[in-house]
Amino acid sequence: MSANARPLAGARLAAWILAGPALVVLAVFFAFPVVAAFALSLTDFDVYAIADLRNLRWVGLANYGALLSTPLFWTALGNTLYFVVVGVPLSIGLSLAAALALHSRLARWKAFFRTALFAPVVTTVVGVAVIWRYLLHTRYGWINYVLGTVGIDPIDWLGDPHWSMPSIIVFAVWKNFGYNMIILLAALQAIPDDLYEAARIDGASALQQLRHITLPSLGPVLLMVSILTLSGYFQLFAEPYVMTQGGPLQSTVSVLYLMFEQGFKWWNLGTASAVAFLLFAILLALTTSLLRLARGRGAS
Amino acid sequence: MKRLGSPLLVHLVLVLLAAFSLFPLLWMVSVSLMHAGEASAYPPPLLPASPTLENYRELFTRSGIARTLGNSLLLATAATLLSLLFNVGAGYAFARLPFPGRERIFRVLVLSLVIPGQVAMLPLFLLLKSMGLVNSYGGVLVPALASIFGIFLVREYARTIPEELLEAARIEGAGELRIFFSIVLPLLRPILVTLAVFTFLASWNDFMWPLIILTDQHLQTLPVALAGLSREHVQDNELMMAGAVLTVLPPLVLFLALQRYYLRGLLLGSIKG
Amino acid sequence: MVAQLLPEFERQHPGVHVRVQQLPWTAAHEKLLTAFVGDSTPDIAQLGNTWIPEFAELGAIAPLDARVAASPAVPREDYFPGIWESNFVDGTQFGVPWYVDTRVLFYRADLVRRAGCPDPPRTWARWEQCLAGVKRVAGAGNYAILLPLNEFAPLTALALQQDDPILADGGRRGNFRSPGFRRALSFYVSLFDQGLAPTATDTQISNVWDEFGKGYFSYYVSGPWNIGEFRRRLPPSLQQDWRTAPLPGPTGPGTSVAGGSSLVVFRASRHPEAAWQLVEYLSRIDVQERFRQLTGDLPPRRSAWDAPVLAADREAHAFREQLERVRPMPRVPEWEHIADEIQIVSSLAVHGRLSVEEAAAELDRRVDAMLEKRRWMLARRRSAP
Repeated sequence: MSANARPLAGARLAAWILAGPALVVLAVFFAFPVVAAFALSLTDFDVYAIADLRNLRWVGLANYGALLSTPLFWTALGNTLYFVVVGVPLSIGLSLAAALALHSRLARWKAFFRTALFAPVVTTVVGVAVIWRYLLHTRYGWINYVLGTVGIDPIDWLGDPHWSMPSIIVFAVWKNFGYNMIILLAALQAIPDDLYEAARIDGASALQQLRHITLPSLGPVLLMVSILTLSGYFQLFAEPYVMTQGGPLQSTVSVLYLMFEQGFKWWNLGTASAVAFLLFAILLALTTSLLRLARGRGAS
Repeated sequence: MKRLGSPLLVHLVLVLLAAFSLFPLLWMVSVSLMHAGEASAYPPPLLPASPTLENYRELFTRSGIARTLGNSLLLATAATLLSLLFNVGAGYAFARLPFPGRERIFRVLVLSLVIPGQVAMLPLFLLLKSMGLVNSYGGVLVPALASIFGIFLVREYARTIPEELLEAARIEGAGELRIFFSIVLPLLRPILVTLAVFTFLASWNDFMWPLIILTDQHLQTLPVALAGLSREHVQDNELMMAGAVLTVLPPLVLFLALQRYYLRGLLLGSIKG
Repeated sequence: MVAQLLPEFERQHPGVHVRVQQLPWTAAHEKLLTAFVGDSTPDIAQLGNTWIPEFAELGAIAPLDARVAASPAVPREDYFPGIWESNFVDGTQFGVPWYVDTRVLFYRADLVRRAGCPDPPRTWARWEQCLAGVKRVAGAGNYAILLPLNEFAPLTALALQQDDPILADGGRRGNFRSPGFRRALSFYVSLFDQGLAPTATDTQISNVWDEFGKGYFSYYVSGPWNIGEFRRRLPPSLQQDWRTAPLPGPTGPGTSVAGGSSLVVFRASRHPEAAWQLVEYLSRIDVQERFRQLTGDLPPRRSAWDAPVLAADREAHAFREQLERVRPMPRVPEWEHIADEIQIVSSLAVHGRLSVEEAAAELDRRVDAMLEKRRWMLARRRSAP
């Protein structure tokens, strides 16, 4: 046996010992349920089937078909898209502004500000949703009070179907803009100073430096952050669950909220699994096309 | 180098953002110290007229929050320890131990990060039911024993361990496991802290899964109890704020104490990804 | 609260220990279903009577006919008929009524007197007159009646007052396009259209009692728990100014919903005998009276209503009268979901997104789809040997 073969065999054994348990857990409690979920989505598994498995029917893609012709599914998808399309740019914009401000040489007490801006990220959604529900209260909430001082009539933030989703968007952005801020800050710190030096010598203004050095350098990181935020925002659930229970008039029912209701309120597991997989398919398609777009852009 | 205009502008932005971020949290503490009904006034009060601990007292005596707090603490701690147990070894193995299919398996793991966890929840529930784990601590902990993100985190960090160090130990005849326990683990200490912080926070804040798997009231965790409280006690805002403080404060404190590790992990996980 | 009744029971049944678990009402249905799926049901539970068909269909709860027939502690004649009936699914009894719930009219006696309506209305027409009168008197920004949009019960009560059943064909199809339901929905929506009721859910109102006290609305369709709440939360100066009355019907005194909770025994219980003994104990008149004193929940037995404290409670009289005129809601497992849809679609109609005709058609469409599985199962059962 050569001096290399023994370590190799030892390494393999060690690897299975060290990684084995985790892989088994992932296989049993993640991979297997995901496959099972797909199988479930092809049946009409519901409360009756839980009582007696003979009540189960194989329906093929009928669940998917039924979902695609249910107005509520499209409402949920629309609500989710609304949340994503408005929320993602808002969140990233705010994160970028915060990161730029924190990165600036002119800023003092950076540690304090950084901590303050990040604090909402580590809080529990349920806890802060309760606070925000109160801040948004039509009569006794601070937001309407402040608006009142500048002469704006009280808005029924959580009761008016037009304002409910914007309220949730503001809440979600508040909760996690700090996360991307940290990432962008690190990326900003990685941009070499001599680039800025050269630009300054050439007489470029601050704004020009921003446009021609900062933003392009941040390109890849911005893209990655956007995709991650997009993917996360598509999975909107906790906020509507705690703040609005999907209302008013189902204006805050997201795709996952729909899945939760179908699955755990009504025990229509077949339908609920179909919802989950539809969401996954949409997400997958979106992220792959975005990545392909980015790679194409990056190559050129 | 002048950036983005004057110091005034920069500080204005930072102060506004800080106020935006902190006001709800500070106000939450303020309301939790108010008397029942005091906050339902127009104009809304900023500070309690006469601070009182009655809301907290009510939570601990009537709403049994002590038990819930205990549950959250217990579960978060257990999840943290278990996560270290399962994920650290795996992360190192993926980084430094050659085994067949290593790269392919890892790529599959990273790809599956795209799958929303909720997809698996329903069959997972049925699976745990057949194992008798519904409505138990085990049901909450078992699915989260291994985490792809955790493995990824440890792997990224472990890859910075110089290969020569390991080679030297191998030449001296040390077995792989001994190398892991005596050389690698000490080097991994910073990322262990990071992983622990991440896991603790994630477990403490987890809402959807404990909501589904725990039916017994005395097993509930804080977020679930608070959600239930807020749906029942729509009127008692001061009480709910006190509950919110109890739910939100520990993660904040933990974060403040261990910021460095948390932020480092965040960056490791994201930029490399 | 129930826990306080138990030491006496445990004393009378040595060797039996009862552990009580509270569930918030809004989560109870999900929790109990989850418990069933997870094989962790309790021995006995207080189940909303509209959930009985579902749990019976699942085979989760045990039939109680034999036990009831053999037990002097649960005499059928003493219970309000509508309430008793709500515990039966296809002729089998699955629950024993524990407390009752129905909807009556709460109103501000002082404000409605000023509006020219001192006596509570008995017909829809008179009711509308009173509402219009109150709206005039109450002033700008105020309303006549609160019908929270997130509650299905008020509209369902109006629907139950009609001759057409809510579901047709043995609970196989929706019957929302029937003249009866359309009439009920029309009346309901018109109250909002005329500005007599605010288009709001009860969480938007936030503190219903405060607003009632301020005259934001003068009529309120609500249940027994509010007797205690009104007494607790309204200022002393207003305590003489509110009353209750049975619901008005289309042409005379109307029926209301036969709600409430029942005691059920789960099939998976490992102590069915002890569980039944607890049911018998909790059905005793003195125990029900004690429960009422602790919680304000109203007893389902007529003789319990003769207890001096309850008999003297003026606001409870309306409930006593109403309980003789209650009808159960359709007893199909899908009822909870159907009730949800009634609430959702009627909200759309109130907000003007659907006309009454469209809303009725939409409800029929949705409910028919929901009941498809039930139709399939009933058909299969009939054709099975």
